[in-house]
Amino acid sequence: MGKVLVVTSGKGGVGKTTSTAALGAALARSGENVVVIDFDVGLRNLDLVMGAERRVVFDLINVVQGDAKLAQALIRDKRIDTLSLLPASQTRDKDALTEEGVDRVIAEAREKFDWVICDSPAGIERGALLAMRNADIAVVVTNPEVSSVRDSDRIIGMLDSKTLRAEKGEKVEKHLLVTRYDPGRATRNEMLKVEDVLEILSIPLLGIIPESEEVLRASNMGSPVTLNNPDSAPARAYFDAARRLRGETVDVVVPLDRKGFIGRLFGRRVA
Amino acid sequence: MNLMGFFRKSSSAPVARDRLQVLLAHERSVIGKNDLLATLQEEILAVIAKHITVERDAVQIKMDRGASVSTLEIDVEVPFDAKKAIPRPSSVSASV
Repeated sequence: MGKVLVVTSGKGGVGKTTSTAALGAALARSGENVVVIDFDVGLRNLDLVMGAERRVVFDLINVVQGDAKLAQALIRDKRIDTLSLLPASQTRDKDALTEEGVDRVIAEAREKFDWVICDSPAGIERGALLAMRNADIAVVVTNPEVSSVRDSDRIIGMLDSKTLRAEKGEKVEKHLLVTRYDPGRATRNEMLKVEDVLEILSIPLLGIIPESEEVLRASNMGSPVTLNNPDSAPARAYFDAARRLRGETVDVVVPLDRKGFIGRLFGRRVA
Repeated sequence: MNLMGFFRKSSSAPVARDRLQVLLAHERSVIGKNDLLATLQEEILAVIAKHITVERDAVQIKMDRGASVSTLEIDVEVPFDAKKAIPRPSSVSASV
């Protein structure tokens, strides 16, 4: 029986899809069987970030409605054979997703995979609720910025009340993933520190992903950042986060891109 | 940019943290409050219903949050002919 993990945030654009792809690939590289599922019906992007946009035949809604079998809709990653993608539909309406249908697909995926990672749409409506519904574990993606922190607080409240686990009186295991973190600006008091965000949201820290040009470079290439440049700072942070998800104890550090003295000096000046 | 301007610009993060702490304390209480009041209303109604026949609308609960003190107001409208022990309609009000 695999674990179901939802990557969620409330706010859009904070890095849910990037994190889903990066964590999924990191877990798959360590030998785990992983499926990433795009719940953002009508605005699918996980296929694009994973570089599988030209290979989509069937999608989540086809499987939910019984028009295709799960095995037919899954796209096996070309780089790692333990990584699969179930894309969202780009054309259909999200009302085509039913609770029963989603429960059935997740239950089947749980049988086949060690990790079922659900990429939630932004917002707090139906799509986001369906994505978190079956979750055992939640990764709350938050930028160190006021509106993102507020929305994360709201989503944490929903994880505690609107999931199947909550209905049964059980807890969803929640983890905070701080993304787009700029250590320089945080040191200069221009950006919320990770400790501030942790104190306000009071859920355990899964990792700190530093702001990096490698993230955009990876999505340009259609490859999770953990595969595109595994030695880059954000990739190393995602690998550490994935190890923590597997239960390993790894000290939290903010990995930084290696720069020469001149680069560091210049980088600080312009940041 | 003068020296004051430099310092003001640098220390925006503590402002963000303080604003968030105040805002979220309020928002959590508002979201939690509705559930709390609904639960209180049901349970108080159940207690009263054991002794007196009352309508659901007869129990009103209100919470006011002030700066230094919060009040919980419970208003129970008791019907004229509920029980012989009660001679006439009356209103019970309690503040906590």
